[in-house]
Amino acid sequence: MTYDVHDLRFRYREKPVLEGLDFEVHSGEILGILGPNGCGKTTLLKHLNRNLVPGGGCVLLDGSDLLRMKKRDIAKKVAAVPQGNEIKFAFTVRDIVAMGRMPFQKELAGSSTQDEGIIDTALMRTGLQDFGGRYINEMSGGERQRVIIARALAQTPKILLMDEPTLHLDISTQFETLDLIYRLSQEDGLTVILVSHDLPMVVRYCDRIMLIHDHKILCCGTPEETLTPENMRLVFGVDAELGTDSKTGRRTVFLHGAAGQ
Amino acid sequence: MRAKRASKIVATVLLLLILLVLVCLLELSWASRSLTVREVIDVLLGHGTWANNLIVKANATRIAIGFFVGAGLAIAGGVMQAMFRNPMASPYILGLSSGASLGAAIGILFTIPFIPTIIAMPFLAFVFCFATMFLVYSLARTGGVTHTETLLLTGIAISAMMSALVSFLTFISGDKLEGIVFWTMGSLSNVSWEDIMFVAPAIVVGSMAMMMFAKELNAMMIGDAHAMDLGVDVSRVRLILLLASSLVTAAAVSFVGVIGFVGLIIPHIFRIILGPDNRTLLPVSALGGAVFLIGCDYLAHTVASGYGVLPIGVLTALVGAPYFIYLLKRRKSEIGWS
Repeated sequence: MTYDVHDLRFRYREKPVLEGLDFEVHSGEILGILGPNGCGKTTLLKHLNRNLVPGGGCVLLDGSDLLRMKKRDIAKKVAAVPQGNEIKFAFTVRDIVAMGRMPFQKELAGSSTQDEGIIDTALMRTGLQDFGGRYINEMSGGERQRVIIARALAQTPKILLMDEPTLHLDISTQFETLDLIYRLSQEDGLTVILVSHDLPMVVRYCDRIMLIHDHKILCCGTPEETLTPENMRLVFGVDAELGTDSKTGRRTVFLHGAAGQ
Repeated sequence: MRAKRASKIVATVLLLLILLVLVCLLELSWASRSLTVREVIDVLLGHGTWANNLIVKANATRIAIGFFVGAGLAIAGGVMQAMFRNPMASPYILGLSSGASLGAAIGILFTIPFIPTIIAMPFLAFVFCFATMFLVYSLARTGGVTHTETLLLTGIAISAMMSALVSFLTFISGDKLEGIVFWTMGSLSNVSWEDIMFVAPAIVVGSMAMMMFAKELNAMMIGDAHAMDLGVDVSRVRLILLLASSLVTAAAVSFVGVIGFVGLIIPHIFRIILGPDNRTLLPVSALGGAVFLIGCDYLAHTVASGYGVLPIGVLTALVGAPYFIYLLKRRKSEIGWS
């Protein structure tokens, strides 16, 4: 087990965003958190590395309360790829990836030889080995996303949090990104928690799905258990059903249209 | 790639050190009948004439204050630009300089109980500068968070208000008008070693504090969310940086008045040349700011000697702006800021 979340509550300016969430995250799984915009899924993700402090309840990471951990120690275990990665400054790709080593370095210290090796590996695994000297502000959205993933890998994390990893990406880049994540979880046993509203993409890659509806967990389990036509109608307002891609044999979602009455 | 960058940094630092020696020798040589560099070196080696010794000693205070003020303003400006991810951020935009001007103007015009007249002006400038930062910061804070845009706009509004009050005080100041006007244009003259003993430690401590967080600041330039994910306590680091940059700015302006443009363009110049990494940018900017300010002070003394010593703020803008525009136009790609 990695995360154990009890009765997590959060309010933003008196408006409830999370109303008592209870769930567990298993080691090595890819968990997809699904829900419409504004349902609180990004807020939930931000609680998992204490970028937000809960209004109630607690988040246990490997048995210890996040509130009692140093932010730095959380960053040694949990890496994140946040939404929106527009970067105005001319840092090189390598500069950015090297930042992933920050939680492990002493104040003022630069990268050690060991750090450099980890940075090289992170660049290699994301296919960026020839891009180290490129300027981040001159790259496309998809390339920047890969750089941020490489930075997250340089943290040598056990858990990777991703907020809308496919948003604003070309369709082919969406597949490349998620294929990469899938490979990492297979090869390293990396636990991945991703937040998205992209049904077909998530279903293809996730082991388990958590559906958020009205600031609460509607259900959590395998795609077959959770993504029933009734649930998808309720949460997303679509007429949809789970199916199999006839060419790849993988799970997909057929979106028939908006849910009519 | 990295070797190339390292050699670029070394070359820049070497050039700045050479320039620093040069501007220091020039600054030391200034007098109504300027000394030759040879005479200055004689004094420094301990066998100058009695008169030349006095000249060099008098000029040395301007070098000392110029060094600390130039370095401090450049670091504070660089930190503010990075922290707010805004190319226009500087002690001016946040209203710190106008606040200091208001304090100085009050110190010049009125006798304040319990504050000795001799230190009233720098003391009030310092206090008002710091107080303005707290005012702007607390006004811009809504619901526990501070948005950069709100902060900058609040700074601009408070700055306008403070400037209006300074204008009003200038208008009613009568025979003290000259004092206020000159203060708002800056000058390295009339600073004593005792003043420097107060200014220098404040600037050194504040600058060290800012440079301690250079790595965290790099992460914050990518985005606050990224920095938090990397384990940086963003709100704490930002508060420390804000306090340190205000301390440095307040100390810098308290005795020499408002010196424009150093905090804005010096960090930009070196960001264009060396890239955005604050671990090199901040110390190199400090050195560059010091060279720039001492050089400008020498020019202020010599460029129109028929009219006496020009306010240094006139020179910093006149020299700095064209070079900055040249750099902006010359670069092929958006290096440093896009």
